[in-house]
Amino acid sequence: MNPRLAKALINGLLIGATMVALFPLLWMLSVSFMPPGGASALPPPLLPKHATMSNYRELFVHAGMSRYLLNSLLVSSAITVLSLAFNLMAGYAFAKLRFAGRERLFQALIGALVIPAQVAMLPLFLLLKYIGLVNSYAGVIVPGMATVFGIFLVRQYARGIPDELLEAARIDGAGEWRIFMQIVMPLLKPIMVTLAIFSFLAAWNDFMWPLIVLTGQEHYTLPIGLASLAREHAQDSELMMAGAVVTVLPVLLLFLAMQRYYLEGLLLGSVKG
Amino acid sequence: MNPQRAAWLFLAPALLVLGVFFLLPVIAALVLSLTDYDLYALANIHNLRFVALQNYWALLQRPLFWSALGHTVYFVAVGVPLSMGASLGAALLLNSPLAKCKPFFRTALFAPVVTTVVATAVIWRYLFNTKYGWMNYALNALGIHPVDWLGDPHWAMPTIILFAVWKNFGYNMIIFLAGLQAIPLDLYEAARIDGASSWRQFRHITWPMLGPTLLMVGILTVSGYFQLFAEPYVMTEGGPLQSTTSVLYLMYDEGFKWWNLGSASAVAFLLFIIMFAVTVLMLKLSRRGEHPDGAPA
Repeated sequence: MNPRLAKALINGLLIGATMVALFPLLWMLSVSFMPPGGASALPPPLLPKHATMSNYRELFVHAGMSRYLLNSLLVSSAITVLSLAFNLMAGYAFAKLRFAGRERLFQALIGALVIPAQVAMLPLFLLLKYIGLVNSYAGVIVPGMATVFGIFLVRQYARGIPDELLEAARIDGAGEWRIFMQIVMPLLKPIMVTLAIFSFLAAWNDFMWPLIVLTGQEHYTLPIGLASLAREHAQDSELMMAGAVVTVLPVLLLFLAMQRYYLEGLLLGSVKG
Repeated sequence: MNPQRAAWLFLAPALLVLGVFFLLPVIAALVLSLTDYDLYALANIHNLRFVALQNYWALLQRPLFWSALGHTVYFVAVGVPLSMGASLGAALLLNSPLAKCKPFFRTALFAPVVTTVVATAVIWRYLFNTKYGWMNYALNALGIHPVDWLGDPHWAMPTIILFAVWKNFGYNMIIFLAGLQAIPLDLYEAARIDGASSWRQFRHITWPMLGPTLLMVGILTVSGYFQLFAEPYVMTEGGPLQSTTSVLYLMYDEGFKWWNLGSASAVAFLLFIIMFAVTVLMLKLSRRGEHPDGAPA
């Protein structure tokens, strides 16, 4: 094929695909500024005639969106911090500390990845009901405090730490905990950032488990709140689009700011999974 | 401190969490699926009875289970090839030396992946609205009659599949892109000197070199797609006429709407068994597909 034609074709296809990928998101943003009923017209309007913030006001003043937003921030941050701490410790132990049965235990963990999380959800609900954590923030947070994926990611990365460094510290008389805090943690910083973004996004977007464990509106996270609003206000497209913006924008911005770390983690997690 | 003990202390928090909140519940689910745990047992545990495989047997005789499985298999069988095709196509475009502004295109195409399913499903509900949606407006411009996308039992699942492809293709695109970049350029150089066309280069270099990546991505995508739940929950509530009720949707309804936790656990285990069998089958088939001599015909 003629190289100029090929170049036009390839870039044309990329532009077309990008429009398909971004159109729903841009349209969501635009409709969220339309007055009630503004989007129900033919031809469907692309931009609001008179931009208004009334949908956002309605959401935050009457529909409890500020509560959902705070809940989401709280739950996702807690999951991120706790799972980061636990996964780092475990991943480091699997990579650098010698103990009997290390390889077999790690293989077992990786093997457990074939079990879909939903299998555990019914008994987990009963267990949390028994210990009184149903319909609480802790009910959402507690099962997410450690992940096999996170442990795997940290282990892959931590294997690159030279043993001599740790041995030298041991000879100098440093305890294992001090070695971890003062030598290992600083070296693991890049993977910490990656894992933190991954955990935060996953927790923010999680749907099925919070839907099950949160039975009252006061603890709803954004996806659950939005799904419940969508059932009540099926006809109010402008209001729902504003709700979608509030739900999507924080994670989208976080991704844009940190995408290098996110994409690196995605690739690191997928090699030989 | 003894290094063995230190190691176990470092592992303890994560293993405790995974053990108590994952492993234990999985085992309990197996036990639960052999009981008639329901609303009465929830109120008073003494109403619980062991029923052996009766839940499984009853499920296999329920038309709703088979239709839910059918819808899920439909979603996987159509959705996975479409998703992977879109991912591979986008990755090939991005990998082309002729493509411009690659970082921008890559980020834009990846953006749907990081969005919240619930929020984007809400957007699609309006884009595919029969009367005011863009989809029907665009089709109308081409002279095609409006389709009741989410209200017609024949179209509801295809609409959900389109949504899933849009939402997910960017993820595998990144993995394919890395796979493509790992293929040595001199292979293509040699093929070009031999006068191989772009198609033949794809068929005999790109495709075989990408083989292991394709298999891994295929298995992960199939497992992910078997877990269809949030999309129908938000877009169709399992309807119309239960045409988008997936296996997990059935499990959710059975467990948390009707509180038949025994039967719902059996649904979960059946799904697990099916997913496991499909994974093993894919691994077996891929092994048979490999030519022992490795030379393309």
